[in-house]
Amino acid sequence: MISANLSAIFYLISGILFILALRGLSSPDTSRQGNYFGIVGMIIAIVVTFLSIGNFSTSLSYVVIFLIIGGTVGAFIAFRIPMTAMPELVAGFHSLVGLAAVFVAIAAFLNPEAFNLGIVGRIKLASLIEMSIGASVGAITFSGSIIAFLKLRGIMSGSPITFSGQHLLNLTLGIGIFILIYYLCKTQSVNAFWIVIMISFLVGVLLIIPIGGADMPVVISMLNSYSGWAAAGIGFTLENTALIITGALVGSSGAILSYIMCKAMNRSFVSVILGGFGADTSSDNIKEKRDQKPVKSGNAEDAAFLMKNASSVIIVPGYGMAVAQAQHALREMVDKLKKNDIKVTYAIHPVAGRMPGHMNVLLAEANVPYDEVFELEDINNDFANSDVAFVIGANDVTNPVAKTDPKSPIFGMPVLDVEKCKSVLFVKRSLSPGYAGIDNELFYKDNTLMLFADAKKMTEDIVKNLD
Amino acid sequence: MEIDPFIFRLSIFILSIFIGYYVVWSVTPSLHTPLMSVTNAISSVIIVGAIIAALAGSSEEVFSISSIFGFLAIVLAAINIFGGFLVTQRMLQMYKKKKDKKK
Repeated sequence: MISANLSAIFYLISGILFILALRGLSSPDTSRQGNYFGIVGMIIAIVVTFLSIGNFSTSLSYVVIFLIIGGTVGAFIAFRIPMTAMPELVAGFHSLVGLAAVFVAIAAFLNPEAFNLGIVGRIKLASLIEMSIGASVGAITFSGSIIAFLKLRGIMSGSPITFSGQHLLNLTLGIGIFILIYYLCKTQSVNAFWIVIMISFLVGVLLIIPIGGADMPVVISMLNSYSGWAAAGIGFTLENTALIITGALVGSSGAILSYIMCKAMNRSFVSVILGGFGADTSSDNIKEKRDQKPVKSGNAEDAAFLMKNASSVIIVPGYGMAVAQAQHALREMVDKLKKNDIKVTYAIHPVAGRMPGHMNVLLAEANVPYDEVFELEDINNDFANSDVAFVIGANDVTNPVAKTDPKSPIFGMPVLDVEKCKSVLFVKRSLSPGYAGIDNELFYKDNTLMLFADAKKMTEDIVKNLD
Repeated sequence: MEIDPFIFRLSIFILSIFIGYYVVWSVTPSLHTPLMSVTNAISSVIIVGAIIAALAGSSEEVFSISSIFGFLAIVLAAINIFGGFLVTQRMLQMYKKKKDKKK
């Protein structure tokens, strides 16, 4: 049994350790230490909670059992999950945080005495507001993340689902939630509380279904942010410093990531939320164009020849590399090139992949040293001085149209200046347009050689030809 | 007049948002995926609320409606805590390996 003041200090310490955990991520060298800080912070928070309640009855053994069940499941998932499935995993984890927030809010609502929030039917006003906001945001996080998970996993189509009156409906439901919370505070009505949660679940679904597959980096970051705000809401209810600090950290972290992702696509946050981007509207137009323009295509032998005679190669990976699981073959290819004294670097667009930093993790998994991997702004000038750009699984992020055609939907989006390379090797299965639904001008440039094949197979073939 | 403790908590909250803002901007972009998984893990500190709810039952009545929600939340949060930290560790380990190889 420890005093409330002492436990508050320990919660503060664990909050600080969480800050240090994020701080550690400023460089790969300090990141592992940061993760340990996070783990210590979590252990402190949990142990202090046990001590401050001081209830060591049968309940405690059940708590430990459930903790172990959850922990085992979590550990199992963490060790088994392939790195290509990280976006789904993170979306799934967000949904759990959201649901946990909802459950804690429900528990607090049903048994306010346990949390010192007053008694049933007479819960303190401030607590009631905090817990209903926490529950509502948590519910939105939960159902929104489930939809994101289904879309990322491919169970649900990645294409946006829109219907007329969608935004009006969302707005109405959003206002409805506020009115119900107001009513809840007035009457302490149990039903109002449940309805708030139900509507929030619905809002979460409606918010995410209109958002298309390639906007997922924004969606995941956004849900990350929501899960933080939900935790903070519950933190206010429980008057717990660790939870408030963490909620604020996670909330702002997710918000910043969303901002970075939006900027990388030159789209406003609002337009991403409203969704509908990438709907297939101009496909006829593309077909026409494709018939008219000649495309140079080659095979693995040509590609190997070009790269062998180059002195510098820049690899541009994209989501297609993740889908084809080509990162290991790619690494093998790069090893061979390096043996021939060819300088190889990687160029990563911020929105390559389905979540922030997705490509970096995949390359790290394939043992690519992180100092060979560069972000867009650090490497974009190097394309002009390089011999070969090897584009594997990326598309829209290399499209020069973004710089030249003001009418294009991706105009203004920062893109990799791949076309400035002496020659471009473009691995792709067909000429089909990328997510933005527009044709890539790069396909038809004189210095582009299209390699039509599965990314993994093509890379493996090139490796063979490099011998 | 006394200041409502809520104001203190609000101050902590707002200041933490600022800390979060500066700390997260300093995170290197190549670690954005681990950043998401670790924020996931730490936001599961919500487990403290779940534990309070779960332990609220008496020895005679371990499972009340509210404590059941607490127990469920414990399972969910525990999945996240273990899963989040371990997967982060796994990823960060990959960022180390090649450095050792180079040496």
